Amino acid sequence: MTVKARSISCPNCGGPVQLRGFAHTLTVTCPQCQSVLDASTPEVAILQKFQNKSRIQPKIPLGSRGKLGDTEYEVIGFQVRQVAGDAAYFWEEYLLFNPFQGFRYLTEYDGHWNFVRVLSSLPEETRGRGRIAMRMGGQTYLAFDSMTAQTIWVMGEFPWQVRVGDSAGCQDFIAPPYMLSSESTGGETTWSRGEYLPGAQIWSAFRLPGGPPVPRGVFANQLSPYGKVGSTWRTWLWLNVALAALVFFFLIASPGHVAFSDSYVFVPGVKSDAAFVTPSFQLTGRDSNVELGIKTNLDNNWAYFSFALINEQTGQAFDFAREVSYYHDSDGTEGSRNNSVIIPSVPSGQYYLRVEPETDDKSPSSFRYELEVRRNVANFTFFGIAALLLLVPPIIATVRRAGFETARWRESDYAPQSSGGDD
Amino acid sequence: MTARAANCPNCGAPIKFLWSSAVQTTCEFCHSILVRTDVDLQKVGEVADLPEDASPIQIGTEGAYQGKSFLVVGRILYEYEQGGWNEWHIVYNDGSSGWLADAQLEFDLSWWTQAPASLPASDQLTRGQRFQWNSKAYELTSLTRAHYKGVQGELPFQYWDKTDLLFADLRTTTGEFATIDYSEQPPLLFMGRAVEFNELHLKNLKDFEGWS
Repeated sequence: MTVKARSISCPNCGGPVQLRGFAHTLTVTCPQCQSVLDASTPEVAILQKFQNKSRIQPKIPLGSRGKLGDTEYEVIGFQVRQVAGDAAYFWEEYLLFNPFQGFRYLTEYDGHWNFVRVLSSLPEETRGRGRIAMRMGGQTYLAFDSMTAQTIWVMGEFPWQVRVGDSAGCQDFIAPPYMLSSESTGGETTWSRGEYLPGAQIWSAFRLPGGPPVPRGVFANQLSPYGKVGSTWRTWLWLNVALAALVFFFLIASPGHVAFSDSYVFVPGVKSDAAFVTPSFQLTGRDSNVELGIKTNLDNNWAYFSFALINEQTGQAFDFAREVSYYHDSDGTEGSRNNSVIIPSVPSGQYYLRVEPETDDKSPSSFRYELEVRRNVANFTFFGIAALLLLVPPIIATVRRAGFETARWRESDYAPQSSGGDD
Repeated sequence: MTARAANCPNCGAPIKFLWSSAVQTTCEFCHSILVRTDVDLQKVGEVADLPEDASPIQIGTEGAYQGKSFLVVGRILYEYEQGGWNEWHIVYNDGSSGWLADAQLEFDLSWWTQAPASLPASDQLTRGQRFQWNSKAYELTSLTRAHYKGVQGELPFQYWDKTDLLFADLRTTTGEFATIDYSEQPPLLFMGRAVEFNELHLKNLKDFEGWS
């Protein structure tokens, strides 16, 4: 059996009115005079006559066909709905039809599109971020806004009765890229679920000329282009694990080897010049760093060491100094008994150290100290810098994402108070 | 009477039964409503021409839901101020029967069910009311006062002289669906679930001009 397409004559202007929705169509507008007609009976009553001639042209022409998902749909109806108020705004709704799969909607606001279908299950009221939310299919949709929408323009066919001036109470809940919406008229509530679609996808599906309108601002259920902040931080965590593995590898690969070590006792006032030189020792391998470690048994005292690392063959000297001080009383301790210094890029060769220790002349006391020269030690400063640099991308992502979310929620009923309560 | 073939007592046309348990059917030729009795078929009324409808389903449409195949053998057509819908009477291959509702291409499958609790009287219904049945919360989503528009094909009961009818539709958060039908006293409960067109695997559907 074949269901035939139908057409009727407009009782107002006599023009032909083609019906694309077969017997589903209850209301149709005349394409010539824009009268709203009741198509449910053969008599075709006029529901509304239009006086104003300022037509609103749909961005997707009625009769366009396009494939969304696996299904081909025809655009059969178009309505513009307005939310009145100080900052009145409106959005467009396109009714899509497939004689087997049924009805779907495309909504458009400021270049942002949603593909919508009516739900046959009810969402469950819950709470999320301290406000009303809806739970459905394992997802939590946060309350976004509520409004009264009035139909200000209709074109084409609808499987329900529609007139200019119809109004409905609407509520939106979001879980980007999805949105749950409720619409209530006369005590009956219908739930639908929308999915954010890029305009380009609609333009290519319906083979529309030109490009889609450029979206303005951030839409309620638009997916953030900055991704999930959680994932950038997860990446950061893994990179840190990799860095730690690298540090561990370097610790094993270049633990440094001890080129020289000895211990000494400093007795103040024995000699006016306490300077001495160590026996010579070998630094091997390519140019690399040298670490000199100082361990003392200072007790409420300080010591100052002037060093020179001198190459026996070339006479090249690396001069450096370190202070070691360690104090303690009932309030706690200050300083440390140990210190160390790293001298970078020391060529290989035969070296000796010139050491000149000093201490407080006023409270002279002797102390022991140990010097240890280590060649080629892993330098963890670089790893520290790397760890800091790794923080940059997730912090930038977090800041940008926060900016995007602020822009999103600025349009909601839950905007920060600074935007001025408009309801 | 168990014969699967008979003749229309009004016009003599052959009447074939697709379902052995059918209680009522209609004659395709003279539109008589025929009721099976112990001995023969009796004409109890006549159906007016059914208005044109755009359901893709027709008598003879086959389908399968969750591996259980079924055949469409009859229907009841209802109308209300916001449109109309078809209750397609379907018979599963195990001989049981149920209903496939098509309301503007939103589909629900249901079966007559013994009410788990006593059902509310028709004047005690409000939208949003909740019922706990089979440990699921059913919420009353719509109350529809419909007109009986006609019948076609085989039905499991006599159904032909109805006028104004009240239906209460209920839904859950997980796709279950129920209808309380106040056409009888006590009211009848049908329970089932919302289904997607593709889940029904329908064959032998109507064609639509301009759609292939």
